[in-house]
Amino acid sequence: MAIGQPNQSTEEETTEEDDPADDIVMSVDDARVQFGMSRGQAWVLNDVSLDVRREEILAVVGESGSGKSMFAAALMDAVEDPGHLSGDVTYYPREEESDDAPSADQIGSYDTVGDDSVDVLDMTDSELKNFRWEEVSMVFQGAMNSFNPTMKIKGHFHETIQAHNAVLEERMEHVRDLFEALHLDPDRVMNSYPHELSGGMKQRALIALALVLEPEVLVMDEPTAALDLLMQRSIISMLRELRDEFELTIVFITHDLPLVAGLSDRIGVMYAFEFIEVGNTRSLLKDAAHPYTRALLRSVPSIDSNIDEMQPIEGARPDPVNIPTGCSFHPRCPVADDRCEIEDPDLVSVDDDHSAACFYTDQARNELEYTLDHGVTED
Amino acid sequence: MSTDDPTTDDVTAEGAAVDATSEAPDDEPILSVEDVNVHYKPGGIVTRALTDKKVRAVDGVSFDLYDNDIVVLVGESGCGKTTLGKTAIGLEKPTDGSIKYRGQDIWESKENPRDAEMEFTEIRRAMQIIHQDPANALNSSRRVKAILSDPLQKYRTELGPKEREDTIYRFLEFVDMMPPEDYAERYPHQLSGGEKQRVALGRALLMNPDVILADEAISALDVSLRVGMMDLILDLQDTFDTSYIFISHDLANARYLAKRAGGRIAIMYLGEIVEIGPPEEILQNPTHPYTKVLKWSTPTVDPDLAKQRIQEDPPVREVDVPDPEDPPSGCKFHTRCPEAREVCTQESPDLFDTAGESDAACFRSLESHEYWNSAELADADEDEYDAQESAGFGD
Repeated sequence: MAIGQPNQSTEEETTEEDDPADDIVMSVDDARVQFGMSRGQAWVLNDVSLDVRREEILAVVGESGSGKSMFAAALMDAVEDPGHLSGDVTYYPREEESDDAPSADQIGSYDTVGDDSVDVLDMTDSELKNFRWEEVSMVFQGAMNSFNPTMKIKGHFHETIQAHNAVLEERMEHVRDLFEALHLDPDRVMNSYPHELSGGMKQRALIALALVLEPEVLVMDEPTAALDLLMQRSIISMLRELRDEFELTIVFITHDLPLVAGLSDRIGVMYAFEFIEVGNTRSLLKDAAHPYTRALLRSVPSIDSNIDEMQPIEGARPDPVNIPTGCSFHPRCPVADDRCEIEDPDLVSVDDDHSAACFYTDQARNELEYTLDHGVTED
Repeated sequence: MSTDDPTTDDVTAEGAAVDATSEAPDDEPILSVEDVNVHYKPGGIVTRALTDKKVRAVDGVSFDLYDNDIVVLVGESGCGKTTLGKTAIGLEKPTDGSIKYRGQDIWESKENPRDAEMEFTEIRRAMQIIHQDPANALNSSRRVKAILSDPLQKYRTELGPKEREDTIYRFLEFVDMMPPEDYAERYPHQLSGGEKQRVALGRALLMNPDVILADEAISALDVSLRVGMMDLILDLQDTFDTSYIFISHDLANARYLAKRAGGRIAIMYLGEIVEIGPPEEILQNPTHPYTKVLKWSTPTVDPDLAKQRIQEDPPVREVDVPDPEDPPSGCKFHTRCPEAREVCTQESPDLFDTAGESDAACFRSLESHEYWNSAELADADEDEYDAQESAGFGD
């Protein structure tokens, strides 16, 4: 059921040895998702390995069709047929040293062995069902429209709590705390039908619903995409508070790099169905090492950056059936040479807690310049 | 320029244009929107008959668009930016006010074609639209060639089949779709999102329009493609001499377009333009408190600045927009405005010239106004600010 000790030999680990980030909540090893298509096998997740640290906010950034949503699905073993997920996804429950650890009473629902680690891909359906709400929970893009229009918000909470055999009063007490953290008025929202609430309120109520069973990890896929800017900013601020107050780990999936600059502790950049750069937010944004990340930063219009530096990334995104050999970015890369066409670079450390999958990070840093703060919005 | 009440609108709209662009002040605008109202009656057929409630989607808006000009309308959803855009290009009829295309009132020309100098169909041809979602804007069961030949068959009947084909190929080249012979034979599902949007742009340009309304035309594209699409729009603007009304909810994109094109940004709130001016003025020196809110909400990529900003409280007293069916009295922003005083609840400000290059609908831009002596709103003082602010989230 469970795999052994946290796998210390993956590339991820070696690059992060010197970091106190040993407290891992989930680790993904060589995860691969394939779809059979008439044109051949489509790889929509290509041997991805990444550790999610406990109580961090990890942003997974990529363009559409980069595999970022597939990574989220893999975390919960929720890849839909005909997609096939292989590799390892391991979950490490919180250690039970503190009596009031929320996960303590919920772990019993599936086997735990010795070191407490849980192999997610090996679970039975009923184990998965519990795992998905009680340990890892998910908020989707536009999910605010997934409320049942004929049922009051309260009903959605009751239904979820009862389906998981939790104590209703205790859980509803917790919901009040969540609502408070999300700046929602519990009485008013609970007794409303979904259509009576604004999009921002629905999305916040949904975040509360996802957290009702006190999961350790909250996976969010573009949770603010359909909302107005101000609501987006407000929810981003609330997420940080939620993380601190409820000791959550948040995996935040988005295409919008500026959105997570202030929110995330670490950023993983995906290109062509794999992580090409992973690092702490500050280092990754200030001094990106991979040419794709640098090109992406140059292409994102922001209110601070120098307009004359902005330019689109040349070329088209890769076809999942026909991913380029070697480094998947080489056809679009300004610093690529023959080696990049043949050899696929691994993630190697370029800085403290910052690694990139590129042979020529120095050249990339020299040739692709960008300025983050052009001083335009300095108040 | 003739409006019944001599509001400052005419003056300021002209003034803004002078300030904002290099246009000569006596340049004739190609499109002038004068004191336009678009009001809807809400609800179903029965409610509509029984109530005189109105949603003021657009409320007394005036602006001019010149040759080769860009105006970017920015605002939150429901602020009326799309309604204003559609009204400006004659797709929707204003309940009040007039839209003039090269001096010709476009609805006059439709209703009294005899008196009009220009035919309505000619005006319609001159003003085109690009929709937000390119996937739904193209007929999925027709090839690109067929999609593009429709407008030619309708408006350029003098072209033979061969000439039509050549024109289509030429326009596909204009929008960077090479080789055109290949793309012309494809169906929309064989194109990427960016390519579809370029076909939509090409289709609009085929009509040789003077004005293109681009309604969130780049929002559906990947971030890395947006700058490319905006560059294409700007290049083609030079080639074809087209003016754009660009609708966006994103200040960063608005800034890019307006700055590169030397255009203006107009900030909309509940059906009104609350600030209009050149992009750097709007971003560096915003006058209207709502512009400041939008600027605050636009995320920055700089991690240090972003970390610091995320801890800040929003510069509003309430996060949610008031019900547009029942907008606040006086200045519509006063319920959320941190600077609001008593007078703002009663009097609605016009667009005033500010110290900088923009015009803003806020009393604070006037040095001597009753505002400065007016009492602060009861809930605006510091103690209650926090309570208000957190309560505001729940409203």
